[in-house]
Amino acid sequence: MQIKPILAALKRHKAGTVLIALQIALTLAIVCNALFIIQQRVSKLVRPTGVAESEVLTVQNSWVGADDATAASRTKTDLLALRGMPGVRDASFSNSYPLRGGGMSLGVKTDPDVKKPITGATIYYSDDHSIDALGAKLIAGRNFLPQEIRWVGSNEFDAPAQVIISKALAHKVYPDGSALGKPIYLALGETGGKPSTVVGIVERLQVPWSGNWASNFVEYSVLVPYQSTGAFGSYIIRAKPGQLDALTKAVPALLFKTNRMRVIPAERGVRTFAQVRDEAYKSDRGMAILMGVVCAVLLAITAAGIVGLTSFWVGQRRKQIGVRRALGATKHDILSYFLTENLLIGAGGVIVGAALAIGMNLWLVSHFEMERLSLLYVVVGVVALLLLGQGAVLAPAMKASRVPPVEATRSV
Amino acid sequence: MFSYYLQLALRSLKRSPGLTVLMVLAIGFGVAASMTTYSVFRAVSGDPIPWKSSKLFVPQIDMWGPKGRSDNGEPPDAMDYADAMALQRAHRAKLQSAMYQVSPSVVPTGAGKHPINVSGHAVYSEFFPMVDAPFRYGSGWGDDADRQRAAVVVISSKLNEKLFGGANSVGRSVSIEGKDYRVVGVLDDWNPQPRFYDVVNTGGFSSGNEDVFLPFERAIDVGMPNDGNTNCSEIPAESGFVGLQHSSCVWLAYMVELDDAAAVSAYRQYLDGYARDQQQAGRFGWAPNNRLRSLPDWLDSEKVVPSDTKVSLLVALGLLIVCLVNTAGLLLAKFLRRSSEIGVRRALGAQRTAIYAQFLTEAGIIGLAGGVLGLLLTGVGVASVSWVLPKDIASLARLDAPLLVLTLLVATAATLLAGLYPTFRASRVQPAWQLKSN
Repeated sequence: MQIKPILAALKRHKAGTVLIALQIALTLAIVCNALFIIQQRVSKLVRPTGVAESEVLTVQNSWVGADDATAASRTKTDLLALRGMPGVRDASFSNSYPLRGGGMSLGVKTDPDVKKPITGATIYYSDDHSIDALGAKLIAGRNFLPQEIRWVGSNEFDAPAQVIISKALAHKVYPDGSALGKPIYLALGETGGKPSTVVGIVERLQVPWSGNWASNFVEYSVLVPYQSTGAFGSYIIRAKPGQLDALTKAVPALLFKTNRMRVIPAERGVRTFAQVRDEAYKSDRGMAILMGVVCAVLLAITAAGIVGLTSFWVGQRRKQIGVRRALGATKHDILSYFLTENLLIGAGGVIVGAALAIGMNLWLVSHFEMERLSLLYVVVGVVALLLLGQGAVLAPAMKASRVPPVEATRSV
Repeated sequence: MFSYYLQLALRSLKRSPGLTVLMVLAIGFGVAASMTTYSVFRAVSGDPIPWKSSKLFVPQIDMWGPKGRSDNGEPPDAMDYADAMALQRAHRAKLQSAMYQVSPSVVPTGAGKHPINVSGHAVYSEFFPMVDAPFRYGSGWGDDADRQRAAVVVISSKLNEKLFGGANSVGRSVSIEGKDYRVVGVLDDWNPQPRFYDVVNTGGFSSGNEDVFLPFERAIDVGMPNDGNTNCSEIPAESGFVGLQHSSCVWLAYMVELDDAAAVSAYRQYLDGYARDQQQAGRFGWAPNNRLRSLPDWLDSEKVVPSDTKVSLLVALGLLIVCLVNTAGLLLAKFLRRSSEIGVRRALGAQRTAIYAQFLTEAGIIGLAGGVLGLLLTGVGVASVSWVLPKDIASLARLDAPLLVLTLLVATAATLLAGLYPTFRASRVQPAWQLKSN
């Protein structure tokens, strides 16, 4: 295939050529970045929490007119009632749970005298039922013992003697894998603090936050053997298989029967873990959907634009095609002429587009919380757009190849 | 003449229906994507109190020092109790109020009714005139009620509806956390977005209602705990709500009204003087590092507009540009294909301006049709944002008259712009050459 005559022909359609190439370049730049955003959000969406998600129900509760002592005794009564309910496998009470949105975090150190904590980690108030209620998996050490559980006031935090931590945190603070039995220091201040011995390690437990800012400690959790006497907290209830739906109604009814002086918010008060996950990731999912729609529309419009413009060119050149056919060009020659022409325009477009894609990403990185675009996306985008162009040009090119040689003798 | 061009344009568009549909679709989708994302952007970036936002300021005091500052040296974006109370006592602004978020329970009268949780703020009396809160009945409380820690409350119209059936409830009492409060005012429908007086706790947007406003010192007295965020640089020495008040933890919002530049600079000096006093007293071991931001700057620095919203708008605008480039290419091909027709018209005496008018009319029709399609798609888009966005933000995006007009305008103007170069090329067609070649 000779490229020279194609270039000569393109020179006569300079503006049209430039417009198509520009369109391909812009499409590539936007699609690469949009796909990258989709990939990032989706990888967040599918992160496991470490919770037995299909079996867990959460109930947000706050007591009306209760002081520390009464709140504690009421919560204990609730827990006994919940654990005795048919259909309930286990129940616990906590300040927060994975993906809840709000929670508590502290710095974690292994040396009390260094100023900077190794990392931040979330603190889950727990008792000896918490691991089972969440459906977390204890992979080393032991659970809390009933006599280790303490009731503490709100805004009061004194490092506990025992903690259970997630595997990810264990590896972060003791990279050699020896965390079990070792001390960690839960810290807010700069130095000092009491050691807490790691008595157990759970396989995985996510933090309450799903935002990007929490992504560098997403699985760093600490379970402390504390129960809060504050008026506010959440029940985590694990249903027996198949019982979750029934419990969403039965649990609040039972709680109100046990004690009426409480508030369970009408909105977001009683949520299955599926709902918790849905709401936590709503904006990430939305962003992925939006970017997906934009990509689809962009690719469709660019493909349709190529079809439209090439069809016009074919119509315009019927006579020349006829002449070429009459002079001995085969159908295949005509077909490959248009395919090559498109490939040349496309190549020009993707070269500019790849640069634009990277430039756009760098700008997004500098202005928003965004990561650097992996070059793989640019390569995939380049190949995809070139294929899209070839696919789009195929139908008009086939039409061109069917122009009969006799066309050369007809005047327009 | 215009109707003639209209006729010509329609005939030309009908001749290649596939291409016409393609251009209209491209413009429609491009405009709809931009307008849908713009409606969200507009909703979250709006000024919640445009007539007054330049007079409202948020002071920040660096009570934590270097260890508590963010990477760019910013002091905490909320206040601790001691400093907020010092500012309140000094009373150097025209109006000012410390505030914190509360979530008390209200027990409705009538047997068998469950207590409900309401949310609101504990504020000083000057809060109401400062934020121009509109009242349906009654008014805010006076500064004497602040001092006496009176059991008074301002409730929202929604709570008034729930508790009193919407009647004028001024003077009646509400049971909050088991204690009776006298209603002094009922607010009109008031739900400013972003919730500018306390963006730290709402993240700017909240679908929840603000149901009660209580005197600040009263709420402190009865130990009504803070329902908003608490940030600490060290663990409080004492536990409970009183311990929080004695700690350096930040959990209070603070806002002042300053009416002119002189007042602003005086207040700035006051803040620096205060910090220097604290330094001399040994409480702060560092030089003053205060901020006094106007409300628009404050909303900006708190990043109230989510970055997703901005990125979406940019990507949608990119889509629109691609659609326009696409349309420009197609129009160019279309117009130049009619070179012979243009040649004939020019040879018969048509001016270049006539050619311009003819082809821009054609582009304009495509733009208008694209705009109408864009309107429909924008309607679908705005209706479905609740499906992809968190409720707090999705509920703010709406389709109104200005957005409708803007959609049509953008579609038409953009298509005319895209048609400009193709039309220019068409007007340059040489009549002699066209006539000869045929």
